[in-house]
Amino acid sequence: MDKLDAAFNFHQSALRLRSERQELLASNIANADTPNYKARDIDFNAALKGAMAGNSSLSLTTSKTSAEHLNGTNQGGPATGGADAPLFRPIIQGAVDGNTVDMDVERNQFTDNAIRYEASLIMLNGTIKKMLTAITGQ
Amino acid sequence: MSLFNVFNIAGSAMSAQSQRLNTTASNLANADSTTSANGLPYKAKQVIFSAVPMKDQASSGVKVNKVIEDNSPPRVLYDPKNPKADAKGYVTMPNVNVTEEMVNMISASRAYQNNVETMNAAKTMLLKTLTIGQS
Repeated sequence: MDKLDAAFNFHQSALRLRSERQELLASNIANADTPNYKARDIDFNAALKGAMAGNSSLSLTTSKTSAEHLNGTNQGGPATGGADAPLFRPIIQGAVDGNTVDMDVERNQFTDNAIRYEASLIMLNGTIKKMLTAITGQ
Repeated sequence: MSLFNVFNIAGSAMSAQSQRLNTTASNLANADSTTSANGLPYKAKQVIFSAVPMKDQASSGVKVNKVIEDNSPPRVLYDPKNPKADAKGYVTMPNVNVTEEMVNMISASRAYQNNVETMNAAKTMLLKTLTIGQS
């Protein structure tokens, strides 16, 4: 990996993961009224660490709020993927129709993710400017 | 490019919610229709949503799986002058629950707004992405 690649790599991975996460959150919001839909999310920290450690494929896992949670393998969901697919959000308030989307949480995370995406963009722009200054020497 | 997928997801939810709103409108409009296409009183209709996995299998959009007829008992009204009244003077009215329909309508319109905002946020993010490297 050359030095330019290395300089941009972190923000590139972060942007990619942020946009993947944005898509997941959008599908949670879209399915807010679908019976038996389970809200899904990724553990961004772990995913970014995995991406920086050289896992080219996305290794997305759920965030666990208790050490006793099982490492689920994504069974019975509306969209079953491989073992590296995102898993389900812990239930905060159950609903009668089996839907686990909590709109407050989803909107909060959606906005948060969008702002962090823009922050990554701004920092990437800064890196690009720095590199341009170095190249042109002015 | 997964941000473009947000458009598909939010779009599918918007069309599903608008179909729900359509059904609600039809139920409210026919709250007093004593005859429908099959000659019987109108029956309230409800949409059933289901999640559809997108191409990458991780995220999912929404579609209207089917439209079901509400099987709750009809309202019965005493109105002997009505030509549809039975021998005892009772008219069978549609089983539309107006309160339920109003709640459904508000829920559908809020869900629609949510998805519009989702789409706008994705659009802003994409436009900002296009400005990478510009001074």
